[in-house]
Amino acid sequence: MSVLFLLIGASLVIALGFLIAFVRAVRGGQYEDSYTPSVRMLFDDEPSDDKKSNRNQKA
Amino acid sequence: MLAELKPDTRKVVQCYHCGADCSEIIREDDRSFCCDGCRMVYNLLSENNLCTYYSLSEKPGHPADPKLKAQFEVLDRPEIRKKFLRFESETSARAVFRIDGMHCVSCIWLLEHLHKVNAGISSAIVNFPAKEITIDFNPAQVTPSGIAALLASLGYTPSLNLGSLDEKQKSRIDPRVIKIGVAGFCFGNIMMLSFPEYLGADISTQSGLVTFFAWLSLALSLPSLLYCGSGFFRSAWTTIRYGTLNIDAPIALAIGVTFARSVYLIVVHGEAGYLDSMSGIIFFMLLGRYFQDRTYERLNFDRDYRSYFPIAVMVKKDGKESSVPVTELKPGDVIYIRANELIPADSKLRSERTYVDYSFVSGESIPVAKNPGDDIYAGARQQGGAAEYEVINAVSSSYLTQLWNGDALSKRNNLKRQTYIDAINKWFSLAILVTAFGGAGVWLLIDPAVSLDVLTAVMIVACPCTLLLAATFTNGSVLRWLGRAKFYLKNADAIERIATADHIVFDKTGTITYVGSSQLEYKGDDLSPEEWGAFVSLAKQSGHPLSRAIVAAYRNIPGEFRMEHVMEISGSGIRGMTNGSEYLLGSSTLANGGSPQGGNETAVWAAIDGKVKGRFIVHNQYRKGLREMTARLKQKFRLSLLSGDNDAEKSLLSDVFGTSMKFRMSPTDKLNTINSLKADGSKVMMIGDGLNDSGALMAADAGIAVSDNTNNYFPACDAILDGSVFSKLDKLLKFVRSASRIVKITFIISLLYNVVGMYYSLSGQLSPLVAAVLMPVSSFTIIIFTTLGVRISAHRQLRDCIA
Repeated sequence: MSVLFLLIGASLVIALGFLIAFVRAVRGGQYEDSYTPSVRMLFDDEPSDDKKSNRNQKA
Repeated sequence: MLAELKPDTRKVVQCYHCGADCSEIIREDDRSFCCDGCRMVYNLLSENNLCTYYSLSEKPGHPADPKLKAQFEVLDRPEIRKKFLRFESETSARAVFRIDGMHCVSCIWLLEHLHKVNAGISSAIVNFPAKEITIDFNPAQVTPSGIAALLASLGYTPSLNLGSLDEKQKSRIDPRVIKIGVAGFCFGNIMMLSFPEYLGADISTQSGLVTFFAWLSLALSLPSLLYCGSGFFRSAWTTIRYGTLNIDAPIALAIGVTFARSVYLIVVHGEAGYLDSMSGIIFFMLLGRYFQDRTYERLNFDRDYRSYFPIAVMVKKDGKESSVPVTELKPGDVIYIRANELIPADSKLRSERTYVDYSFVSGESIPVAKNPGDDIYAGARQQGGAAEYEVINAVSSSYLTQLWNGDALSKRNNLKRQTYIDAINKWFSLAILVTAFGGAGVWLLIDPAVSLDVLTAVMIVACPCTLLLAATFTNGSVLRWLGRAKFYLKNADAIERIATADHIVFDKTGTITYVGSSQLEYKGDDLSPEEWGAFVSLAKQSGHPLSRAIVAAYRNIPGEFRMEHVMEISGSGIRGMTNGSEYLLGSSTLANGGSPQGGNETAVWAAIDGKVKGRFIVHNQYRKGLREMTARLKQKFRLSLLSGDNDAEKSLLSDVFGTSMKFRMSPTDKLNTINSLKADGSKVMMIGDGLNDSGALMAADAGIAVSDNTNNYFPACDAILDGSVFSKLDKLLKFVRSASRIVKITFIISLLYNVVGMYYSLSGQLSPLVAAVLMPVSSFTIIIFTTLGVRISAHRQLRDCIA
């Protein structure tokens, strides 16, 4: 039964990891706008017509 | 030729760009446009290969607005620029513009392809719900004002106001979400750690494990208490200092007592405490609060004063006019304010006699005459023509906030009935304390050992959490459903006020009639082009629905005439001077010098220098479904009509309103009628057009403004009804009533939970298990009940109201 001490401790550390990921996502503005990306992804890509076409557009 | 000018009522051609009816067709590339503005945008788009714009949505455009270019130049000034841009370096900068005109997929597409139109722009990202666009650009190649001008030339004029310069707007991290995340984390883990105790592990057999779990729970509860729960303590403490108690006081009490008792149990006895309940309270309360706040924010109804104040005004110095930021105005500056603009600082009138109104500050839109030398407070709206003012006090944001929050508007709010949530505040805390000490006192006589337990147990369980959850979740759901049905309520109090109304008073023009542009007909003498232009310019100075109809019908008349000595007589007409002549538009009484003529139609008479030239006959177009809707309404409500118009259509309306109709009412008459109805004991709901009925709307128990353009600002009403859903009013009211019933039922349910909890705590049987079960179970059942209840009710009543 004493292995429980280790197990509980480990699970708490993992849960803490998820919490940190959550906080970082909120701070990074991930949940700010949930509507526009759904529209944006349906736009067609334009055929590249200039040398700078390798520049990625942030979605 | 212009004498025959009238809106084309034949089958109309629609503009390829914006979809409006073309009274005058402008052709380009084999397509038709309604005006030069639309044609210019089309040209700009086709030059840059952006015609996909038209294939993504039906007629998505707005006409270009090049006249505003000068207003944007103020953005380039260093002090403004620094505050406006989110970020600036030598090669890149970021600006955020608010664009109210974006409404569809095409808009998003075009705005995100701005880099194709101007090479200095590297990226543009739209946040559609917030109506904002974030633009990254190279400041060496394009200026902020250049970007704003570009947006305007595409028909997407950005709105710039003091709010855009607000520093606080820049940090978009929402601490509330993080708090909820942390609270949820703590709550979930503590509950998990409490399970062994629920399932029977106790201190005697498993002492090591139990103590370990207990201390771990204590460690987990600290962030919840100190970080997430701090808001409740601060809020309760602030109100206690002022001698009252708000709803946060019992919550703070419950959290505090639970924590204290748990610490005692864990540290002294090594047992598990009640930390699962405590963290549960914090989590659910934060969730409820957040949900409630988000609902209000999304409705975006009551923006604060900063959203309406301009960034800069025209200042006249040594004969030159320049655009000066509002915050830089000094006493003695001479400012030039145009019609309908806000006067940003306390000033003295310098030019001739004019009219202002304080609708923005006090909700009253009745114009107040001001003579040269009179003082005017900041926030007044210019009603006459343009005027010059001398600044007395510099603009201070604390003064403006005070004005906004202070006297007039809050006094008006106090006049309305306090709703029952406030009533609960007052007696709830008192009831808890009485029960707790009373119970403890009784136990002192029977078995003193239990006494302290009972005292703390009552305070742990007696949290108004479920009551609050019931209120906030129900109200939040109701407000959102109504918003989807295009009926926008200001706040949750409005629900109760609307639900208890029993007498509905309607205004006529603009409310039950739809004042569109296609029903106008001019009859009279021929007018020269200048005279036409002058009349239209005069009509532009007024907010009355009939003036707006004239402006809309004749918007292609060229020439903007500067009207002077403009005087609007509320409800009767407007007069002004230009080019040496006096023009008048108004009721027949006004134009014919006291003796009404021309029968009983609704008409706007036009006169020049006292001589009547003709009249614009308005064919009242009643909103679709009015008759059927009012027939249904009559079964539950008493209906009346108050109109500022004449009684031409009395017979038409009599089978709808019976004999309770009054015509030729001035705004004051309407106000008095409402007050007398209230004095008779009716709960009056007034439905008006917002701009001209504000006094009556405020006086009524519930005021609803009907609008066809919900971007306008209506300070005086409790709700805005979009004109397109007017015929659904009876269904919407039914829904509000049933929502009010649901709130009452959930209150009863939550009170039952409280009673059960009281039983356990007063009898000394409140084990952590019971407390921990009671909290989440009651919260979940309340949330599920209200959400389902409101959803079912919405589907029944609002089935055909939602797109």
